[in-house]
Amino acid sequence: MIRISIQKKLHMAGGNGVLNVDTELADHSFTALYGPSGAGKTTLLRIIAGLLQPEQGIIEVNGQTWLNTAKKINLPPQKRNIGFVFQDYALFPNMTVEENLLYALPKGGDKNKVQLLLEMIGLQNLAHQKPALLSGGQKQRVALVRALVRNPEILLLDEPLSALDNDARNSLQNELQTIHQQLKLTTLLVSHHIPEIYKLANKVIKIDQGEIKQKGTPTNVFGLHQQANGLTLIGEVLYADSNRIEILTEGNIIQIPASPQTRSLSVGDKVSIHAADLSLQKLS
Amino acid sequence: MYQPLWLTLKLALVTTLCLLLVGIPVAAGLARSRSKLKPFLEAIISLPLVLPPSVLGFYLLLAFSPQNGLGKMLDSVFNIRLVFSFAGLVISSVIYSLPFMVHPVQGGLEALPVSLREASQTLGKSNWQTFIKILLPNIKPALLTGIILTFAHTLGEFGLVLMIGGNIPGVTKVASIAIYDEVESLNFSTAHIYAAILLVVSFGILLTVYLINKRLNKSRITT
Repeated sequence: MIRISIQKKLHMAGGNGVLNVDTELADHSFTALYGPSGAGKTTLLRIIAGLLQPEQGIIEVNGQTWLNTAKKINLPPQKRNIGFVFQDYALFPNMTVEENLLYALPKGGDKNKVQLLLEMIGLQNLAHQKPALLSGGQKQRVALVRALVRNPEILLLDEPLSALDNDARNSLQNELQTIHQQLKLTTLLVSHHIPEIYKLANKVIKIDQGEIKQKGTPTNVFGLHQQANGLTLIGEVLYADSNRIEILTEGNIIQIPASPQTRSLSVGDKVSIHAADLSLQKLS
Repeated sequence: MYQPLWLTLKLALVTTLCLLLVGIPVAAGLARSRSKLKPFLEAIISLPLVLPPSVLGFYLLLAFSPQNGLGKMLDSVFNIRLVFSFAGLVISSVIYSLPFMVHPVQGGLEALPVSLREASQTLGKSNWQTFIKILLPNIKPALLTGIILTFAHTLGEFGLVLMIGGNIPGVTKVASIAIYDEVESLNFSTAHIYAAILLVVSFGILLTVYLINKRLNKSRITT
């Protein structure tokens, strides 16, 4: 069980605000932090990791206090058993893939573990390459397993897939899913991508302007109700005029005839599409 | 004949070694500092870039002089005399070349993505381990530039050496002073030899820096 209750001043686009979060993460849960840019999602992740200090707050992980500002306890990142995956991968350029993983191994740790992790992501053949020669997806795989070397109590993922193309993103999502099923690590993922959240997370925390606006299952938070014999898709509007709407969903573009309901939609809106009211034309 | 050249080389090597020990921690401190005093420190360290060497030499001469505070203490307590000595030359050269080591190293450290340091910390590594195993190895071009510039700059010192060290053969008479000396005595041919050697060596050193940095930059570091 992870208990987080923190307050920190935020410098947001619209002026100053306060990040005010009070929540709990159940053991083995996969929670997504969702919300607009600048809402405080990454800040929250960095506070949990100990890379930032809040003005006030408590963080307790499995009964151990990581932060308690009232008691002046604030463990440095080194003392918090976390796995952190950065958006820019943060692989060490001077080390090979294998050396990156070995570096993460605590003193006296089992070196076989590094080999097992490399096998798990299918990169044994790149073990002796420097990160600069890897593709984005490969780099992120290495960053992911490097974060797992220490058997962390919590895995923190800061938009880890946002820089990847669709194919790489999908296969990384599958790997994250497999890893979570195998290791059952309590995981916190920052993501903007609703399909990804649906696929991976069993809980969503929606943050806006530093406050938790909603918590619950992805279906509850995004306001969708699966229809008995139907299908619900989540997508983003790419084009809208008085005749038709084009929506990107799951990597495909679908076209829907405009209706009075869709008049208010504009490019960039997030939408849900219910099978009962739509006629689809698949373009790709 | 070769004594001034050998002395120059020795001074440049010792100065560079001392500056590695002094300059890297100073650069690391400045790169991480958010103190309000940082601009003042940076200005002080950069002073030798713009001051005439004779100004620095004059103040150091006063400081090292056995008649005044610091020099008096060194003389009476440790029996060390820094004016007109090789040790004095080394200390003043270290101060004089400090910006040539600190600037490239500080710049290199500041250009590294913060996430490298943070990733190392989240993997449980101490700040010292992070510095030695992650940060320093990833600023090799900057380190090399610092080392070579310091070395080359010390080879070319003249005013400061003259003020602090004077012209004692085998102790403080480095090549640049020897050239001046030979010209004054109208020994143009010896001056020619010293001058030509300094010119060729300096050019060779700078060329090496640019060639190596070009190669290092090619194979560099996209995270």
